[in-house]
Amino acid sequence: MLVQILFYIFGTLLVVCALGLITARNPVYSALFLVLCFFNSAVIWLLTGAEFLAIVLVLVYVGAVMVLFLFVVMMLDINVAELRRGFTRFAWLGWLTAAALVAEIVMVVWSHGRSGLDVARTPIPEPASYSNTAALGQVIYTRFAYPFELAAVLLLVAIVAAIALTMRHRQGLKVQDVSRQVSVRAADRVRIVKVKAEKRP
Amino acid sequence: MPQTLAIAWASLPGIARTTVWIVIVTVVLILCVAFLTLWERKVIGWMQLRRGPNRVRILGLFPGLGQPFADVFKLLTKEVVIPTNANKLIFWVAPMIALIPAFAAWAVIPLSPDLVISQANAGLLYLLALTSMGVYGVILAGWAANSKYAFLGALRSAAQMVAYEIAMGFALVGVLMASGSMNLGTIVRAQEGGVLSQNWFWLFPLLIVYFISGVAETNRAPFDVAEGESEIVAGFHVEYSGIAFALFFLAEYANMILISALTAVFFFGGWLSPWQGYPLLGATILGQPSFFWLALKMFAFLFVFLWLRATFPRYRYDQIMRLGWKALIPVTLVWIGVEMVLAHYRVGPWARPWFH
Amino acid sequence: MANPLKTFLMPELIKGLSVTARTLFTRKYTLNYPEEKTPQSPRFRGLHALRRYANGQERCIACKLCEAVCPAVCITIDSDVSQDGTRRTSRYDIDLFKCIYCGFCEEACPVDAIVLTRIHEYHMEHRGENIMSKDKLLAVGERYEAMIAADKAADAPYR
Repeated sequence: MLVQILFYIFGTLLVVCALGLITARNPVYSALFLVLCFFNSAVIWLLTGAEFLAIVLVLVYVGAVMVLFLFVVMMLDINVAELRRGFTRFAWLGWLTAAALVAEIVMVVWSHGRSGLDVARTPIPEPASYSNTAALGQVIYTRFAYPFELAAVLLLVAIVAAIALTMRHRQGLKVQDVSRQVSVRAADRVRIVKVKAEKRP
Repeated sequence: MPQTLAIAWASLPGIARTTVWIVIVTVVLILCVAFLTLWERKVIGWMQLRRGPNRVRILGLFPGLGQPFADVFKLLTKEVVIPTNANKLIFWVAPMIALIPAFAAWAVIPLSPDLVISQANAGLLYLLALTSMGVYGVILAGWAANSKYAFLGALRSAAQMVAYEIAMGFALVGVLMASGSMNLGTIVRAQEGGVLSQNWFWLFPLLIVYFISGVAETNRAPFDVAEGESEIVAGFHVEYSGIAFALFFLAEYANMILISALTAVFFFGGWLSPWQGYPLLGATILGQPSFFWLALKMFAFLFVFLWLRATFPRYRYDQIMRLGWKALIPVTLVWIGVEMVLAHYRVGPWARPWFH
Repeated sequence: MANPLKTFLMPELIKGLSVTARTLFTRKYTLNYPEEKTPQSPRFRGLHALRRYANGQERCIACKLCEAVCPAVCITIDSDVSQDGTRRTSRYDIDLFKCIYCGFCEEACPVDAIVLTRIHEYHMEHRGENIMSKDKLLAVGERYEAMIAADKAADAPYR
């Protein structure tokens, strides 16, 4: 019962935050609403017993991805009026996509015949010693090892591509070569000369 | 009397007992922060041939012991200035966001053999998630204050914390491999058997990496570019005054205590005695696991925090980034590889029968 | 090339840490100020004073040498003829905010009238108190004459 109530509270919050995300005028507010969205969905995952996924969602998206988002959004001077110019002209496209999505979700829920938290509930409750993380690891590294590694390679390729696209070497920059700085020894730079003291004439 | 109290305590519902423990831990933590500020000023003073604060006394005794309380009263009675054009809501919320993760993390830390507020199975992940959230307080404070200095400080700390989180996470992966669990209580129990079977012995490079990233995560010297006073005044909290500033201060020191506690738990066996099971000492009360050992280890690591601050000059920003990405992360990756080999040949912690 | 192991492990850091660790246990030099004080030289240059002769006559003859030599231009002097027909100052002001306590006025004075005493623990609470008028300077001189005379005597062999 408590779980049901919590689910509806956080579900409502999630929807409200999602609405806030797309209606907020300030892009930083939008990013913060997105953070709240992630939190609420993490809580909902927790309620269904998927603790690993919930925490990883917070860890990866809230802890790293959204920080970088905020980083960029704060630095950019976004002109909201400029962005909204074509809003009404393409509104019908947006509505159409939204309608299609809603229809899909409704159809999925309909076919299950269940709603609310029960959708994700397994019929038999797990014992207390059941570890979500261990179970996930077992599956990922045995049955789905190949697709998992494929996904990893794909991500690696994406990282390399992103760096290759954006990294450029400009000529004439006075960049320090740290390995050379570190490898310098005193003997390379300074020569100690012993000079005999001269006698006063 | 103690018996009736014990019975009354046991008859309380679990949620009430947990709440009482949460309150106790929070209050003790705040007191620890207060005395840590004093201890820091004392230690740094001693290292600089000074005496440190010794004027404010309690009941005319203990020179300097009243200093933290004097500071708190001063900060409480000062005005909180809100800059013009600051984003008021976020300006107010930011210090709280900075503070919450620092305190919430204590929920999963095993304080003694039978005292931990939450026996979460994914405790280690929970900690990583919470420490990664601390950056929001900093970045929002910097942005909301509408000041260039604050903003620069926020950007610096955001990049720094995201970078060092990775090294920290990898170091914890090593701990995870050695203990076979993400429950902090289990991680501690896996290090039973005296000082040489604790994680630091086989994971020494990871210990170093973890502690350095911990110092960087808490924005402490020598990694305190986020507030580098010679360049950007006080960084992300330039515009904060009074109690709002005190909250940032509290968060920073609470984070220091947290990192010390985590280092003790992950690498030095938490509440386990260093000579547990050793002849002579192991048989006495000093061989028993207790909160005392955790406190002692935490104190030692907090001292290292202060020691580093008193010794090293501040890193330059690009050097911090280089250290994080090009030194610490490769070290952790290499050591995880070494652990893989060790685990395959069942050396060290992997020789224990229950592991396989 | 430097030793790569040395580059990677950075033993210098350990050296630095050992320095601070050793300092932690050495004797501290800080004095607990109001209770303990550093020794002062008789040449210490603190608050100004105007002296009198033993018979009560003002030493100052309004020659204005101190005013002329003062690099901070903090001395203002007006001269007049006094009741006994001698040349005296009618006004002798020193602005303590401007004064840099260089002691040139003391050196310039032919009659040892203006001196810098050892007093350095003074403060002002209201505007205008930074101006040391003639009365105030003479009052300081009267009050600390013994100390001033002793300091002068101690410094005399070196002049």
